[in-house]
Parts: sequence; structure tokens; C-alpha cells
Amino acid sequence: MTASAHDPSAAIETIRKRLFSFPKRHFLSAGDLNAPQAADLLDLADAFVALNRQTSKSLDLLKGRTLMNLFFENSTRTQSSFELAGKRLGADVVNMNPKTSSVAKGETLIDTAVTLNAMRPDLLVVRHASSGAASLLSQKVSGSVVNAGDGQHEHPTQALLDALSIRRAFGRVSGLTVAICGDVLHSRVARSNVALLQILGASVRLVGPPTLMPAQAERWGVTVHHDMKSGLAGADVVMMLRLQLERMQGGFVPSTREYFRFYGLDREKLSRAAPGAKVMHPGPMNRGVEIDSDVADDPAVSLIQDQVEMGVAARMAVLAALAHRLEEEGR
Amino acid sequence: MTAPQPLAFVNARLVDPESGYDGPGGVIVSEGVIADVAKGREFGKLSKGVRVVDCGGAMLAPGLIDLRVKTGEPGAETKETLASAARAAAAGGVTSFVVQPDTDPAVDDPSTVDFLLRRARDIDSARILCAGAATKGLRGEEMAEIGLMREAGCVYVTDADKPIADSKVFQRLLSYARGFDTILAHRPLDPWLAKGGAATGGEFAARMGLPSISPMAERIMLERDVALLEATGGRLLVDQLTSAQALETLGRAKAKGLRIHASVSINHLSFNELDIGDYRTFAKLTPPLRGEDDRQALIEALASGLIDIVVSAHAPAPAEDKRLPFDQAAPGAVGLETLLPALLGLYHDERLPLIDLIRAVTLAPASLLGLQTGRIAPGAPADLVLCDLDAPIIVDAARLLSKSKNSPFDGRRLQGQVLMTIVDGRIVHRAEG
Repeated sequence: MTASAHDPSAAIETIRKRLFSFPKRHFLSAGDLNAPQAADLLDLADAFVALNRQTSKSLDLLKGRTLMNLFFENSTRTQSSFELAGKRLGADVVNMNPKTSSVAKGETLIDTAVTLNAMRPDLLVVRHASSGAASLLSQKVSGSVVNAGDGQHEHPTQALLDALSIRRAFGRVSGLTVAICGDVLHSRVARSNVALLQILGASVRLVGPPTLMPAQAERWGVTVHHDMKSGLAGADVVMMLRLQLERMQGGFVPSTREYFRFYGLDREKLSRAAPGAKVMHPGPMNRGVEIDSDVADDPAVSLIQDQVEMGVAARMAVLAALAHRLEEEGR
Repeated sequence: MTAPQPLAFVNARLVDPESGYDGPGGVIVSEGVIADVAKGREFGKLSKGVRVVDCGGAMLAPGLIDLRVKTGEPGAETKETLASAARAAAAGGVTSFVVQPDTDPAVDDPSTVDFLLRRARDIDSARILCAGAATKGLRGEEMAEIGLMREAGCVYVTDADKPIADSKVFQRLLSYARGFDTILAHRPLDPWLAKGGAATGGEFAARMGLPSISPMAERIMLERDVALLEATGGRLLVDQLTSAQALETLGRAKAKGLRIHASVSINHLSFNELDIGDYRTFAKLTPPLRGEDDRQALIEALASGLIDIVVSAHAPAPAEDKRLPFDQAAPGAVGLETLLPALLGLYHDERLPLIDLIRAVTLAPASLLGLQTGRIAPGAPADLVLCDLDAPIIVDAARLLSKSKNSPFDGRRLQGQVLMTIVDGRIVHRAEG
């Protein structure tokens, strides 16, 4: 830690210096960023990490702004991460629970959006089970929309926090080999990570059984492996994905024990990776399915706890930059 | 109703697929039928009381016959009624169309066929024909009363969008319908492979994170259908083929001399999967849009005659059913008003001769159903379309006459303006200005 990390005013100073206007009105897709913009966001997030480690973590960058969390799918982790990020920046945070509101009574997504928009939220954080839902919503509201996961499409703030964790662990992202393993087909985390990691200059491998690999994934600029041994060989980062247990009924894989045997990360498989390789997981983990506790809980290799911490900082960076843009546009 | 004034269309580009004629000419229409046809010559002195329409070189062709149209009547009249669909048809130069049986209730017995045709009788802007359900309630289990529905006036039987998964049921349908010389129309789709899908399986859907359907689902079911057709000797209309690999199957069946016909929707000739773009639900269709290779193969199949018929696949869906996340949005597009101008794109692009394109929407469907329409010959019903082939138009969905405005052509620039539509010798549509 640098000296400034112990001094909140220095951290705030750094944040103000690094603060910039988000390149777009909404943050829907990791691929919307170019390399310098992504680097700027990571730099800003870094400064928030320093602030978050102080006793006094509050800032007034979002003072007077309203942040609305609209989670059509449950996610304690992501929702509280955004909530905390908003509160630390001084925003008024409202959590809408569509499951108990009129959406459950048959109101459409657009109607909900129009209704909520009339309450004039400045920032709208959306999680929805359908791909494209955040994009659809963004066309109907006057504030900024942050995609907190849309179906099997994207989860861009997750990619940002993952990149931040990697950059802090290795000092860089460029030139690293990242193996993303498991259920790539159904994973929005994988899609956003493939995009952002490549923008930042990493080389990406996708590892998983053929039934869980997207069609023509090799055309994403990645290499595809169906065998953990070759997929992990020499990798600097092993990013495990959550296997949704309902995939078992879908017939994508025959059983959890077979999955763990061939695609679960344990010491033996990890030993194929480069020396000093780090393990990541977006959570929540299925221990003993895609990852062995022995690996997940080892602070020497696991970045999983860091990822949670970086989540708040990365989201603060996104929210601050989006609000900065709103301010510059006079809205 | 008094008989309409006789009309003489002169100075037209006459296109008649039956005689294979595409050239200068004219038509005299009287008492609902074509009274005289002039090819490459002018009419002599016209009798008094005949109204002369100078076509100014515009195309005069048989009115279009669309074999696949959905309305919301009965059951969902807010989407589309028979009357609103007929107005849209007239504006698009479609003079006859066949409504699908998947309404609420389904058209699966002679009384519903009768009800529908009675309603249709009061509508004079288009001839409305009706298809009956192949199975009761479109459930794919028990055969519907095909003979009685046929007697009541249905023109073919189909379960519309629902594939008939049970091979035994399908075999019996083919076999039984043969006894009434009735065509079974079937959309080939393996329901297990297609389950939950919203877009065509491939690189694009994978990137978009959309649940997808492999085009294999179409081919597998078509292979089965063809095998059973071979065994039963029935008549099959393959409804809306979309994929290159299924065309191979169709080619083999035709080469064997089976009584098989195939249609393609104008949407699959005009768009590919990339038109979904940023989750554009107005381009969400069933079957879904395919890759560009498939679209090219479909155009070639139409040119070679492997595909016989082009349909609009008119499927009205109101905005509230479309403005939803992609996987939840209703599939389908309205198409009656854009069918002809969109089809003419293939003529302007020099992909197909004009007469072949016109055949696929006139004579071919008429011959399949044994209708007298679809041709320009003395004695034939006076159903005609007059169209300025070169006039540029920009499709404005808001101005469509359909009750639902879900057109993937919205904002598209097309060439071809319907100037006038004639049904039964009466002018049912005339372009403004």
C-alpha cells in the first residue's frame, strides 16, 4: 500500500483527478469500451479501492442523484455491491423488487421502465433473465442504464471487476493467458470477459465440454479446449464459471460427479497452469462441482475474495463516470 | 349490388404466367370475369360504357394469392380481423388469401369453417379462403374432420405453426387426406431440437446469448415427412422452408416424383439472422431468420423451381406482444402489404425473371389449390393487380392498414408501388395521388 492509502483526503484527491466522463450514456456491454477507456476505468476503480480501505469511505460525487436497483433476477451479491457503491458515492439508493411489484401482475418490462422513469432515477441498474433486456430498457429511460446481467448475454461490471482483480494481482492484463472454464454457453460472465480481456490485450481460452460451448466460439478470437489439461497448460489465470444445477436436467452433462472429475478445478488440474497462476470465480460457487474448496479457499492462489472487494470499487468507478457524464450533459 | 362498370386496361405490361406472356397488352374486365385479353395488340373500338384505364406501361398481373395469412379472428380481433386483413391485402395487390386455423377457437370442424367463410362472404376487398386444422385442437393427436371441413369449403389442412410430432398421426393424415384429394401443409420442425429456441443456432445467436434452434430441426422433420409421403402417396405442402440443408431433402423428394410442393416466406427471402441486430423483436419470426447462405440458397431454389410458392406469412402481433425482451416477444411479421414490392426486389436485383416471381404468388398457389384465379385468360375471374414496378417507396409501418404494425420492413426502401387492385371485376384499392 502506498502512503496515500492511509489518508482519505489523498485517496479522494486521486479519485477527483482520475474522474472522467463515461464514453457512453449507458453501460450495456463490455465491448463498448476501447482499450484506453477500459484502462481509465480500471485506474479510477483502483483509486476507489484505496478509498474503500479507509474508515471513512464516503464521497459526495453522486449527491442528489438517485440510483435505482431493478433486479428481476435475485442476486444478493451484485445487488448489494451496487447498493454499497451508490451509497458510498452519496446517492439515494432504491431497491425495486419486481417479484413483488406489478411486474408480477403482468406489467411488461417497458411499462415498468416508463413508470420508474417518471420517478426520474439518474442511474438504473438492471438485472434480467432475458438477453437484451437492459438494451431494451435503455431505449425507454432518460437516465443511464447499467447492465447488471442480461440473460446469457453480458455482465460488463463483472468483467471490469475481474480485470481489476487480475491487474492488481499481476500488475498488468496485457500478455496474460486467461482460461475461462465451465459452462461458457449459458454464461454472460464469460461473454463480457472474453470481450474485455481481449480489449486489454490478454489471450483467452475457453475450456469446457462441447455441450456447454457456444456455437463457433473459436470465431470469438479465442482458442477452444474440451480438455482441462490442455486448456490450463501454462495459463496465468483460471477463471471458473458457475454450473447452474438445472443444466443437469437439460442433459448438457450427465452428473455433477462426472463434471467435477473432468471439468472441476482441483490441485491436480491447477498444477498444469503457469507457476503463480491465480484462480477466480464470479460466485456463488458450487463447491465440489466446478471447484474444489481446497483451491477456492487457498489465499495463495485464489482471488475470489478480492473479486468481491473489487466489485464495489469497479461499480463505484462506473457509476461515478456515468454520473459525471450526466453532469457534463447538464442532466 | 349492381354490376360494376366494365373496365378496359390499356397500355400495360401484361404478365401472365399461365401463357408465359410478358409484354405489352391490355385486359377487358366485365361482370367479374376477364372478357378479353390483348397481347401485343390494341383492342378495337370499345363499346360505350367501358371505362378505360391507361396503365402507362405499369405491370398488369393476376392478383396475388397468399397461402399463409393469420388474422386474429376469431379470438384475438385486436390483432387483426378478416376485414382489416382484407384491406391490407387489397393495398398490397393480394386478391385471395388463405387464413390459418390456429385461432381461438381453432378452425378444426365444419362449423368453424362455415362460420369463417360466412364472415368472409361479407368482405369484398379480397377473397378469403380458409385452411382447416389437420388435428383436433391443433394438438397433433386426433385427426380433425377433414372430409366434412373440405365439404364446408376449406382449401387445405394444416396445424399451422405446430409441427405434428407423432409420426403415426402424420402418416394417417397424409393417407386419409388423400381420399379427399386434400393437401396437408406442414411446417417441418423437430420439436425437441427446437425447444425453447428464439433464434437460429450459430455464431450470431451465441454471441447475443440467445437460446437457439438448429436448422437441423427443419431437415430432420422434413426427412421424416418425405419418407412417410413416399409410403402413403399423399399430397404435401412443405410450409415455409428456410434452410439450405432442407432444400437438399426437398430436391430428392421431387426427383422421386412425389407429390410435394414447398413454400418460402418473403421474410426469409429478404432478411437474414443479422437483421435481428440489437435484439430487434420485429425481426423475430417463426421459423427464425437464417444465415445469408441459407437466404441465397432459398433464392436459387425459387429460381430453379424447387420452391414453388412464396407466401407473406402474415402474422400480426400488436406492439405489446413485440416490445418485450427478445426471448419473450411474440414471433411473426405482417406482410400482406409488403409482399409484392419486397418480391420485386429480386427482379430489380436480376435474380429472377419477373414472370417467375409473379408465378410463385399467382398461378402456382392457384394450381396447387385448383383455383380458377391466378391467370389472365378469357373467362378467368377478374382478379388483377396494377403495379408501377419502378416507383420507389419507403415502408412506413405506422401507415400499414393491418391492425398490427409489426413489419420488419419498416423504414426499408423498396421498389414497386401497387396502383390498383381489382377483385371480381371491382376496384378494391387505388393508390393515392
